[in-house]
Amino acid sequence: MSENRTPLLHVENLKQYFRISRRFTTKAVDGISFDIYEGETYGLVGESGSGKSTTGRSIIRLYEPTDGKIIFDGRDISGKLSKEDEKYLRTNMQMIFQDPMACLNPRKKISQIIAEGLEIHHICSSQEEIDERVSDVLEKVGLSSEQATRFPHQFSGGQRQRVGIARALVMNPKLVIADECISALDVSIQAQVVNLMRDIQDEMGTTYLFIAHDLSMVKYISDRIGVMHLGHIVETGTTDEIFENPIHPYTRSLLSAIPHPNPIVEKQRTSLSYNKDEEGVVYENGHEHVLSDTHRVLATDEEFARWTE
Amino acid sequence: MENTNSKKRNKSDRVLYIRDLNISFETAYGTVRAIRGVRLDLFKGETIAIVGESGSGKSVTVKTIMGILDSNGVINSGQIVYRYTDENGEQQEVDLVKMSQKDIRYKFCGKHIAMVFQDPMTSLDPTMTVGRQIMEPMREHYNISLAEAKKRAMELLEEVGIDNPDKRFKQFPHELSGGMRQRVVIAIALACDPDILICDEPTTALDVTIQAKILELIKDIQKKKGVSVIYITHDLGVVAKVADYVAVMYAGRIVEKGRINEVFYDPRHPYTWGLLSSMPDVDTNSRRLFAIPGSPPNLMEKIEGDAFAPRNPFALNIDYREEPPMYDVGGQHRVASWLCDPRAPKVEVPEELRVRIEKMKKEAELYE
Repeated sequence: MSENRTPLLHVENLKQYFRISRRFTTKAVDGISFDIYEGETYGLVGESGSGKSTTGRSIIRLYEPTDGKIIFDGRDISGKLSKEDEKYLRTNMQMIFQDPMACLNPRKKISQIIAEGLEIHHICSSQEEIDERVSDVLEKVGLSSEQATRFPHQFSGGQRQRVGIARALVMNPKLVIADECISALDVSIQAQVVNLMRDIQDEMGTTYLFIAHDLSMVKYISDRIGVMHLGHIVETGTTDEIFENPIHPYTRSLLSAIPHPNPIVEKQRTSLSYNKDEEGVVYENGHEHVLSDTHRVLATDEEFARWTE
Repeated sequence: MENTNSKKRNKSDRVLYIRDLNISFETAYGTVRAIRGVRLDLFKGETIAIVGESGSGKSVTVKTIMGILDSNGVINSGQIVYRYTDENGEQQEVDLVKMSQKDIRYKFCGKHIAMVFQDPMTSLDPTMTVGRQIMEPMREHYNISLAEAKKRAMELLEEVGIDNPDKRFKQFPHELSGGMRQRVVIAIALACDPDILICDEPTTALDVTIQAKILELIKDIQKKKGVSVIYITHDLGVVAKVADYVAVMYAGRIVEKGRINEVFYDPRHPYTWGLLSSMPDVDTNSRRLFAIPGSPPNLMEKIEGDAFAPRNPFALNIDYREEPPMYDVGGQHRVASWLCDPRAPKVEVPEELRVRIEKMKKEAELYE
């Protein structure tokens, strides 16, 4: 599905290091590359500390990337940003955060929270236009416009996350980075939010970078998936390729850890464990092995031969 | 099939039973009726899982057992009877509702009934070494010497799968990873050989890979020591992995309970249908997830009839007027839904869920 198209977001050899002390630097993201095409959903999965959130935050420039290239819609946004590029980035790329209570200002009304971006970037010419866009977007995420005058604490968790989504969508962004946006919600509410995100994508053609550690949800929403471990993308492919034919042992261990709601099967199953050091895997030595147009695995030649046996 | 499921539950093996528990909270905005008539049995060596959304009252139920109910909570009626063997080897039976919270904490908490909390970082003391925290309950309850406590703590650390216990013993919680910390919390809970281990969402703060390991650890320990475990979770996958017996809670009531196979392969309550359907299934390829419409009711208001009725596409007229009683649908399976009444119209399980259950049963046959 990705042939002959220029990617909306092109990330090449992105590195994000954090200097802890003179002797020690955390390599949170260590040279990852991937493309996201317009209108698709790219899922980034991995355990905590694998650098998936850092990747998202580097792309939207909440951090200064140490090295590498990020091309967004034909503009280089990795180095120092010109005023114009910054404005383009801030209006066309939006983020949905994990904790819907922590990311909404408790002293502001919902309408103020959602309108903030429009006001800062002077997108609307009049207050009426702002109000109209706010009520439009509220309706889109399934809240009524009467609720616009309420405060965040008057909403339930699922509704708050809808406000978070509305805030991102009001700018009509090309790319939305959803950082664990459903992890804090209940199962039944998770389904509501995921369906909502899907509907919006069908309607507006929004592109998502969906960051999560729950592979079963990622399967539902993503077209392609990248599996991250310790700052490296160890395997990437379409959702089917990852689920049907996982190559990397880390991907396999993640897949085996998903609990199935089938008691007889689940009681007999033990999950695979993966220990990078025991397996003798050094990510720095590996290079990309191409299985198909979309399916790639990070491995040395010897490892690749062993895993695909 | 595993023996736990075919075994008959024997009344004399009962360690804890709850009858008609009613709890409300006094808040500035009014009274919240959090628990509305809960009835539950816990047997020796059994794992029971309480499933439900946030606010359904599952945490409040176990907090009452532990005697750590918030100060604005009032137990309006009911019984929580705990049976145990005291120091002299005699069978004792106490009603925890009649005891003061302080007494419960002093006599039972940590010693007979232990709890593992959701977030291991907030439940551990950041200023104390791991070793001291594991020794604390033993020193408190059994008055044993430091050397003996230390020896026992080392054993516990090894038991919960922490290697190099000598080194870990002297470390502080912040030096450990999330999974390690949760293992330490489990070690603390096990320090006094409890009869009942309550796990309140023990893995929600952890990654999937670590979650699987922790669940397997708790299962192993249970097999070895024969403790009874109460799980609280909203993840049905976790329930399928660990539980022998399930209770589904909604708005302060248990709406369906039974052996795990009864509830998972033959769900009867529309809320359970919704929960099972909204689980993302790794094997199906449908584009949309089923979502239960609406949101849970506000327990501040008086609930007329079945609390789930407004969200229930199969709701009958009577659902809006009268609360359904518990129907016995065979085996250990109990359902609080008017749909199980003989006079009710026949309502089939939604097609998609039926297909999924069929598939689950087929898969299960391969394992038997």
